[in-house]
Amino acid sequence: MTAAVNAVHTPYTVPIGFMDALQITILVLVAAGATAVVLIRRPVHQVLALSVYGVLLAVLFLAFQAPDVTLSELTVGAVALPIILLLALAKVRKREE
Amino acid sequence: MQYFPFVVVAWILGVGLYGIATSRHLVHLIICLIVVQSSTYVLLLGVGYVTGAVAPYYYDIPAHTPAVDPVVQALALTDVVVEAAVTALLLSFAIQAHKRFGTLDPQELVSLKG
Amino acid sequence: MTPGQRRWVFGLAVAGLAAFYLWGLSGLPGFGDYPGPYGFAILHLAVQQTNATGVVSAVNFDYRGFDTVGEEFILFAAAAGISVVLRRLRGERERSAIDEAADRDVPPTSGAVRMVALLFTGPVVVVGWWLASHAQTNPSGGFQGGVILATAFVLVYLAGEFMVLRRFSPVALTDAVEAVGAGGFAAIGVAAVPMGRAYLYDFLPLGQTPGAVSSSGTIALISFFVGLEVGAAFVLIVGEMLDQTLLIRGRDA
Repeated sequence: MTAAVNAVHTPYTVPIGFMDALQITILVLVAAGATAVVLIRRPVHQVLALSVYGVLLAVLFLAFQAPDVTLSELTVGAVALPIILLLALAKVRKREE
Repeated sequence: MQYFPFVVVAWILGVGLYGIATSRHLVHLIICLIVVQSSTYVLLLGVGYVTGAVAPYYYDIPAHTPAVDPVVQALALTDVVVEAAVTALLLSFAIQAHKRFGTLDPQELVSLKG
Repeated sequence: MTPGQRRWVFGLAVAGLAAFYLWGLSGLPGFGDYPGPYGFAILHLAVQQTNATGVVSAVNFDYRGFDTVGEEFILFAAAAGISVVLRRLRGERERSAIDEAADRDVPPTSGAVRMVALLFTGPVVVVGWWLASHAQTNPSGGFQGGVILATAFVLVYLAGEFMVLRRFSPVALTDAVEAVGAGGFAAIGVAAVPMGRAYLYDFLPLGQTPGAVSSSGTIALISFFVGLEVGAAFVLIVGEMLDQTLLIRGRDA
């Protein structure tokens, strides 16, 4: 079975040029998102940026033809991780008051 | 396009490490660790990609359609969920450190002699 | 070490790391030219060997089931570790969960939040259950379905208050469900050994049509147990964090 294919015709494939352009765009957005998450210094704002970064990563995984990982990243990175982080931050801030 | 995803992986790794090295708040450090972990997911999926192929689910497409590598997807999928629990464990350490030492600054925590 | 010096040391170290990384990168076959024979061999054989149309779940729970057992026990150990680390330390006391100073002016949860959370709880449970039990057909599986099931409990907390969440998921019951999930996965694997097969061999009947819910033997069963375990672990984690935030008070509070 050869490695590189040129034309796979199913109802779900798009032209290769379109897929390449989509992947490059999402990769640039993901790199920008990671930079934004790191450069924001206050943790509460960072949690929101992490949520957006999780959604961007999920779109990237979808563009890499991995719907399983997309679902995992959406539920964990955009929902479960911000919940846990915000609860920990609430505990820490309560002690500082 | 040949090596661009791997360059992005290196960028995310470098940015995350910069955040960890210059962090002033333990929760900020843990979030930068999450960013570093996410770079490994992108690397895994980038290694297994086949140009022009579809996702490996043969429910309604003919069998033996060329598809991307399923093994790296299996690895990345369990990774994502398990690292969330490990991050929660790290956060619980941060909470107890705050209770014990009163500060969440890693550069001050180094110099305390508990 | 001043922050400026720290940045210089970091810059040097990351330059070295980047040099090695780019050297290793030049040996990769390039994005999209995946050469490896293992992936293609599995794609060729998975559907007729396991009767599961979701090849990723077949890899997760059958071909590489041993790795998945390891990952699930990492999750189990992390949940247990959180329960240990967030225990009540010496010198802290635990408030009761019933509000004693009920005449404080705490703003109540808005009606919109409560209604939306109530409306979504049922569908979220159904979606989580469906995802956890259809691992062999769809892009789903125990891990994703379990996290979504745990999210339903957080919606219960949003719609009500902490006591309601505790009544729905008492700690002993959640612990027991998590243990059943983790132990069930290991037990299915061990059950194949007395038949003279390898650990985690797929010994249940494989079913007629590929991709039906009852097909693919142990994959569907293992995915269900994994869903139970992951959901219970996340409910435990969120419950512990809420305990810390709401109930446990320090020496000076």
